[in-house]
Amino acid sequence: MQKSLLIDPGKCTSCLQCELACSFEHEGAFSPAKSRIKIFEFGHGARAIPYTCTQCAEAWCMQVCPVEAITKNLTTGAMEVNEQVCVGCKVCTIACPFGTINYNRDTGKVVKCDLCGGDPKCAEACPTGAITYVDSDWTGYERMKAWAQTGQAPAA
Amino acid sequence: MTWQGKVLRVNLSEGTHEIEPLNREWADLYLGERGLATKYLWENMDPKADPMGPDNVLIFATGPLTGTMSSTSGRYAVVTKGPLTGAIACSNSGGKFGADLKYAGYDLLIVEGRAPKPVYLHIVDESVEILPADDIWGSTVWNTEAWIKARHQNPRLKVASIGEAGEKGVLYACVVNDLHRAAGRSGVGAVMGSKNLKAVACHGTRGVRVEDPKRFMAAVKATHKLLAESEGRQDLTENGTDSMIDMMQEFGGLPTRNFQEVQFEGTDKLNPAAMQATKPNGHRNLVTNKACFGCTIACGRIAHIDKDHFTIVNRPEYRIASGGLEYETAYAFGPVVGIDDIDALTFASYLMNEHGMDPISFGGTLAAAMELFEMGVLSEKDTDGVPLNFGNAEALTVMAEKTGKGEGFGQVLGLGSKRMCEKYGHPELFMGVKGQEFAGYDSRALQGMGLGYATGNRGACHLKHDTFAEDMEDQTGKGKAKPCKESQDRTAMIDSTGLCLFTTAAWGVEEFCQQIDAACAGDWTPERLIEIGERVWNLERQFNLAAGLTAADDSLPKRLLEVPAPSGTAKGKVNELAKMLPEYYAERGWTAEGVPTNETLSRLRL
Repeated sequence: MQKSLLIDPGKCTSCLQCELACSFEHEGAFSPAKSRIKIFEFGHGARAIPYTCTQCAEAWCMQVCPVEAITKNLTTGAMEVNEQVCVGCKVCTIACPFGTINYNRDTGKVVKCDLCGGDPKCAEACPTGAITYVDSDWTGYERMKAWAQTGQAPAA
Repeated sequence: MTWQGKVLRVNLSEGTHEIEPLNREWADLYLGERGLATKYLWENMDPKADPMGPDNVLIFATGPLTGTMSSTSGRYAVVTKGPLTGAIACSNSGGKFGADLKYAGYDLLIVEGRAPKPVYLHIVDESVEILPADDIWGSTVWNTEAWIKARHQNPRLKVASIGEAGEKGVLYACVVNDLHRAAGRSGVGAVMGSKNLKAVACHGTRGVRVEDPKRFMAAVKATHKLLAESEGRQDLTENGTDSMIDMMQEFGGLPTRNFQEVQFEGTDKLNPAAMQATKPNGHRNLVTNKACFGCTIACGRIAHIDKDHFTIVNRPEYRIASGGLEYETAYAFGPVVGIDDIDALTFASYLMNEHGMDPISFGGTLAAAMELFEMGVLSEKDTDGVPLNFGNAEALTVMAEKTGKGEGFGQVLGLGSKRMCEKYGHPELFMGVKGQEFAGYDSRALQGMGLGYATGNRGACHLKHDTFAEDMEDQTGKGKAKPCKESQDRTAMIDSTGLCLFTTAAWGVEEFCQQIDAACAGDWTPERLIEIGERVWNLERQFNLAAGLTAADDSLPKRLLEVPAPSGTAKGKVNELAKMLPEYYAERGWTAEGVPTNETLSRLRL
C-alpha cells in the first residue's frame, strides 16, 4: 500500500515539532531553516498551515531535471533527489508550482521531502494529529465520513 | 554541544559588537538561560548601578535545550537590573524568538551602554548590524514587527521589541516577541528603552546539535509521551491557564478589589467556559489555541473581541484575532479591579501587547488607584475625568491606553503601585513585594505562596516557586519553608534549561535530567541540576544584597499580615510570614538577617 502525508491545518498549533524532526532526520541538527516541511502562520497565529511536497504522480520537478537526478521511489511513491547527480541548476525549483523543492546553499543541491523512506518523521512528531501518514487512495476517507455524518438520520 | 559556544556582546554607546567564546566553566555551573545570564550579569556590572542608566546591562539568554526537539524548547530569558524593584530582574518568554537567537549561533546576547539615538539590532547568523530606529521609535510592537520584516524583506525574522511604554520608561514595560509573547515582569522593557534599543530582529540557519543524538531522541520520545498523557497538560491545552480562576474562586484565594476580598462574583464571565461560550449573536471569545516554539502543550489562547463591543466599534485595526486571556491577565484585569467584561479584558490585553506592558503590574496598579479613588483620595480631576470605580470596564481600557502612551493619569499609573501609593500618602495600599505587584493568588489562603512572594528575588512572583500542593493541604505557616526553598531551587534550574515551567504538569527533575544529560557534554545527575538551581538562587540573592536590599524587603503588605481573609476556605486567617521566614532562612543556610553564610557560599562554589 502506498501512503501519503495527510494534512489537517485545523489541528496545527504551529509548534514546529515537524520542522525539528525533519531537519534532525536529514541534517542531524535541529534547524527549522533546513526543514523540508514548513508551517505558515497567518494573522497573529489564528491559522497555521503545514505545507510540504505532495509527491505529484507526474512530477514537474522530475520531468524538467536535465541530469535525471530526481527519480521516483517505487515503494513509497516519493520523488527523491539523488545528491550525487544533482548539479544545483535549480530548474526544478522553477518548475514546481508549489515551491516545495528548494536549493540548499550549504550543499549546492536541491532538497525536497522524501517521506523519510516511508517513515515520515514529521507525522511521527506531530502532537495533534495535524500531519498523518495514510493510505494514498483514501486521503479523503475521514473527511467523507465527517460529511456523511452531518447527513445522518436521527437514530430510530 | 547543544550550547552554541558563542556570546554576542553589543556596546550601544560605542556602536560596536563582538563575538566571544562562551565561558564553558560557567555553563557547567549555571547551565544556561536564567542561571548563566545571572552569572554574566554579576560579572559584568555593579549591582548598585542605576537600572535606567547606561551602566545597567541587558542580557537575552537561551538555554542548552532551547531550539532542540524537547517539548517547549522556545524559552529565552531577559536578565538585567529591574527598575521597578531595584533588584535583579529575570523574565522569560516563549514564542519563537529565543530559538532563532540560538539558531543564529548565540547562547547569549549581552547589550551594554546606551545608543545616542534609537536603534535596533538586525542579526542573521554572523551578520550583526546596529541600525537606526528613527522610523519606528514611537511605534507599537505590532507595527514595529511588520516594519522590520518589510524593511529587510524577510518574513522569517523573529522580532523582540518594546512599545511606547518601554520608550517612555513605564516601570513595568516588557519585551514582547512574536506579537503576543512577552518577557513580562519587572520592567525589562523599560531598561531596553533606556538604552534606546527599540528591537532585536533575528534569524538563524545554524541549527542546534546535541551531544548524544540517539539517547536524546529516546528521552524526547519518552518525555513527550508523559506530557501527552498527563491530565494537567490536557487541561492546559483545552482551557489554557485560565482554569485557575475557578479553582481560586472556590478556594477563596482570588484577590479581589485590591485584595480587600478573596472571592469575586463575576468569575463565571471570565472563566474557560465563558471564553468558549457562543453568544446569541454568534460571537465566541476563543478562536483557537496556539503553541510556542517546540511546545506540545499549546496553552496559548487566540481570541477576538465582539465586533459590537464599545472598545472596538471605532477601532477596525483591533477587529482581529490575537493573543487572548491567560489566567494572570484575567485576574489582573478582572477580580482585582472588579471587572467582569471579557471583551474589555481581551482588548486591554491587546493593548498590553501593543504598547509592551506587564498586565499583572498594570492591573495591580490600577486596582490601588481604584481604591484611592473610592476612598476619595483621588478624584476625577486627577484621573482625566475618568471615574476610577471598581468594576468600570471603560476605565480599564482607557487607562491601559493612556499608560501605554504616557498620557495624563497614565503617567502616574506607569510608576507602578508602590510609587503611586506613596505619592498619594497611602503606601499601605500597595499590594506587592519589593515594588512589584502580586500575581493572582492571595497569600492568606495560600501560605507558602506568601513566603515565595516575600522572598522572591525579583519581587512578588508566582513563577519562581511552587507550593500549591502544600498550600491546598494545610492553611497554616507550618511546613512551608522547606518546600518553598526546594521548589525555588528546582524552578531556578528549569528556568536555566530553555524549557517551560508548564512541563512540570508531567515532568520531575528526573525528566529534565534525562534530556540535559543526553544533550550536554559531561555527566549530569538530578542532584547536580538541583544544586545549580540553588546556586542560581543564591547568586541572585547576592546581587540583591549588593544592590542594597535587605531582609526588610522580604515582607508582605499589612493587609495580608493583619487583616483576616473575609471569606473562603481561609476565612479569618492572615499570612503567617513571621513564623515561616526564620525557618526559611535557616533552611537556606542564611543568617537571621537573610545573608548567605560563608559555608553556604563555599558549598555552592560562589
